[in-house]
Amino acid sequence: MDLQVFWFGLLGVLVAGYAILDGFDLGVGILHPLVKGDRERRIVINSIGPLWDGNEVWLVTFGGALFAAFPEAYATFLSAFYLPIMILLFALIGRAVSIEFRSKQKSRFWRRYWDWSFAFSSFMVVFLFGVAAGNAIEGIPIGADREFAGQLGDLVGWYPLAVGLFAAIAAAMHGALYLHLKTEGALQERIAAWRWPAFGLFLVAFMGVTIATLARHPHALRNFEQYPLAWVVVALTVLAIANIPRAIVKGQPGLAFLSSCGTIMGLVFDFGMALFPNLVVSSLDPSFSLTIRNASSSEATLALMRNIAFLGMPFVLTYTVIVYWVFRGKTKLDDFSY
Amino acid sequence: MDFDPVTLSRVQFALTVMFHYLFPPLSIGLGAIMVLLEGTYLKTGDRRYEAATRFFTKLFAVNFAVGVATGIVMEFQFGTNWSTYSRFVGDVFGSALAAEGIFAFFLESGFLAVLVFGWDRVGKKMHFFSTLMVFLGSTFSAVWIVIANSWQQTPAGFHLVGEGAAMRAEITDFWAMVFNPSAMHRLNHVLLGSLLQGAFFVMSLSAFYLLKKRHVGFAKRTFTVALVLGFVSSITILISGHAQANAVAENQPAKLAAFEGHFETGEGGADLYLFGWPDEEAREVKLGVALPGMLSFLIHGDTETPVKGLDRIPDDEEPPVAVPFVTYHLMVALGMFFIGVTSLALFLRWRGTLWDQRWLLKVFVVAVAGPYIANQTGWVAAEVGRQPWVVYGLLKTQDAASPSVPGEQIFASIVLFSLIYLALGALWVVVMNSKIQHGPEDPEGGDAEGHEGQIAVAADVLDPASPHHLTGRAAPEEA
Repeated sequence: MDLQVFWFGLLGVLVAGYAILDGFDLGVGILHPLVKGDRERRIVINSIGPLWDGNEVWLVTFGGALFAAFPEAYATFLSAFYLPIMILLFALIGRAVSIEFRSKQKSRFWRRYWDWSFAFSSFMVVFLFGVAAGNAIEGIPIGADREFAGQLGDLVGWYPLAVGLFAAIAAAMHGALYLHLKTEGALQERIAAWRWPAFGLFLVAFMGVTIATLARHPHALRNFEQYPLAWVVVALTVLAIANIPRAIVKGQPGLAFLSSCGTIMGLVFDFGMALFPNLVVSSLDPSFSLTIRNASSSEATLALMRNIAFLGMPFVLTYTVIVYWVFRGKTKLDDFSY
Repeated sequence: MDFDPVTLSRVQFALTVMFHYLFPPLSIGLGAIMVLLEGTYLKTGDRRYEAATRFFTKLFAVNFAVGVATGIVMEFQFGTNWSTYSRFVGDVFGSALAAEGIFAFFLESGFLAVLVFGWDRVGKKMHFFSTLMVFLGSTFSAVWIVIANSWQQTPAGFHLVGEGAAMRAEITDFWAMVFNPSAMHRLNHVLLGSLLQGAFFVMSLSAFYLLKKRHVGFAKRTFTVALVLGFVSSITILISGHAQANAVAENQPAKLAAFEGHFETGEGGADLYLFGWPDEEAREVKLGVALPGMLSFLIHGDTETPVKGLDRIPDDEEPPVAVPFVTYHLMVALGMFFIGVTSLALFLRWRGTLWDQRWLLKVFVVAVAGPYIANQTGWVAAEVGRQPWVVYGLLKTQDAASPSVPGEQIFASIVLFSLIYLALGALWVVVMNSKIQHGPEDPEGGDAEGHEGQIAVAADVLDPASPHHLTGRAAPEEA
């Protein structure tokens, strides 16, 4: 087995898992201020209450796995994006704290503050991940010493910002489809009405970003030329997107949400195809780019970590299934709710 | 103003890791106590233990959330601020971190959901299982991170590849890396420190209830459980600390010399300072009281054999002395205090007079600060004592930072971290306090003992004939 390719794939799985799972709870966060009234806002928060923390572990594990498998890419990427990463960390802290503390005091001001903090930090998290993904495709100034050789301004071109916005819109749509599943009654009816504008925005943003990517970065397609079978996944992604309105119309909200999950999975795959075999692209000189070949840990460590991953993954899937099973069904408020 | 990126990154790391480390030890220690309480409930069916577990679950959840929020910073900070370090250790350190994610964090976070939100959704056996898994998960996370840190103290199971700036460590023997010479000593010490944290936390709030005559039955039960745990942990942590100090003497003599303020090797036995102030200029301990030959005795088993001092360490490999000396001695002194105060309380509990000792209960209310300080100072001593190395003998801290990150940006992030953590610390205190003030719910069917206790206290205090009338000096005998 080509271990470096295996680890690139496994990191892709972790990103997809993170994007699908934390994607909906971040999306719920973005939509949160649209819900009025304290009881309904609590239902919205509690719809992700037992789940968001576990979803975030996918990110933590991705960070650890990137560090272990491709330490050079971990070091270069994180130090290059110093301030954006710091803002991301503040947003992740702010989000955890907002969820945890919002309903712990009765004061209106207190709750309203945390409501906005929850929404803003959720938006920032998705947005910054999108900006990072955009920069990964676009390339950043990396020198021969594998260190960032640019300025903060090099990280905020219009293309990465557009990808960031797209990510936020996609999460919002994903979150709306999820919320529809977890709510009932009048609240559910209102959320049902949001799904159309959310999908419309998503469709526009998706097409915009796709066109921009192809126009600006035609090399994103080079792997598709080499592996034409990958087009099948692109076709499936498009079908998954098309299935979202179809499922909504046919009154199958579960299927609509699953289609949205499939869409995200497909988008992560496309992103991986556009990047492979690079991890961090240098805009100064392609030979300075960090790839899965020149940035990885030793073969022995990659093999060892693969075994650890194979050992651990069944457990991870079991816990995930148990938790989602225990907390299935409509969200109800009780003594232990947020 | 001069922004030295390395110094600033060190400040930021110290700030973020020390703040983070306020929370995980309590999660581990409180988790252990919840396992004990809920296990008792499962075995006896006594619903008062269920009520106690439910109460602690709420405190646990708040503490855990802040721990997670501040912990995620640590995961990424190696890359943002210490890119050279990350390249050097990624093969080794990254592996431990990834194992932590897969084996510990998923376990912890998954079952935490059932523990906190699942009381009415799963059966009581499944719930107990979840509590146990959360405790195991938080323990596992300590395991992997302590292994990774211990590898930095006593690297093993690796070889170096590459030259100069491109040099890095690669694993050659995974188990030798995991069981590096200091790993198990330090792991024991960290876990016992966490149990002490949990025990003193529970004793503090129980003592508070006893003094206020609230939830008396509850408080007596939880105090007793925590007292036993605290006593056992404080004794075993002394043994663990002794074993660890011997290992430090063998593996990191410079660090031990810094702990003990041992500047000159000398001819005969080395003295053990009980306290003092190490003067790094004059290279001696001022205002100190020392036991002659005791350092040699603790390490070599006799009072005559010399112990390697800082004079035998090359100048450019010498750690600072004042900070490790002071923090190490503070930690040891607190350790002795834990043994003393828990032994005394246990003796009085056995004699049946503990609940009348209001002064001792007051001591326990504030003694919760002890393990916080000891856990922090222990780590400060361990990390500062390792300097100037970030990986002992292999990579210096000076050479480990990110070359591309400007000092101004680090300064900005330190300011923001300080503000956010200040607010977070205040929030933690406010919310924990309001939950403690609210106290446990009475279980269905009533907390017979607690009610009687409270009513008896109320009656007693209100009764003009009682010696306790309105003064509330002494609690009544336990029902």
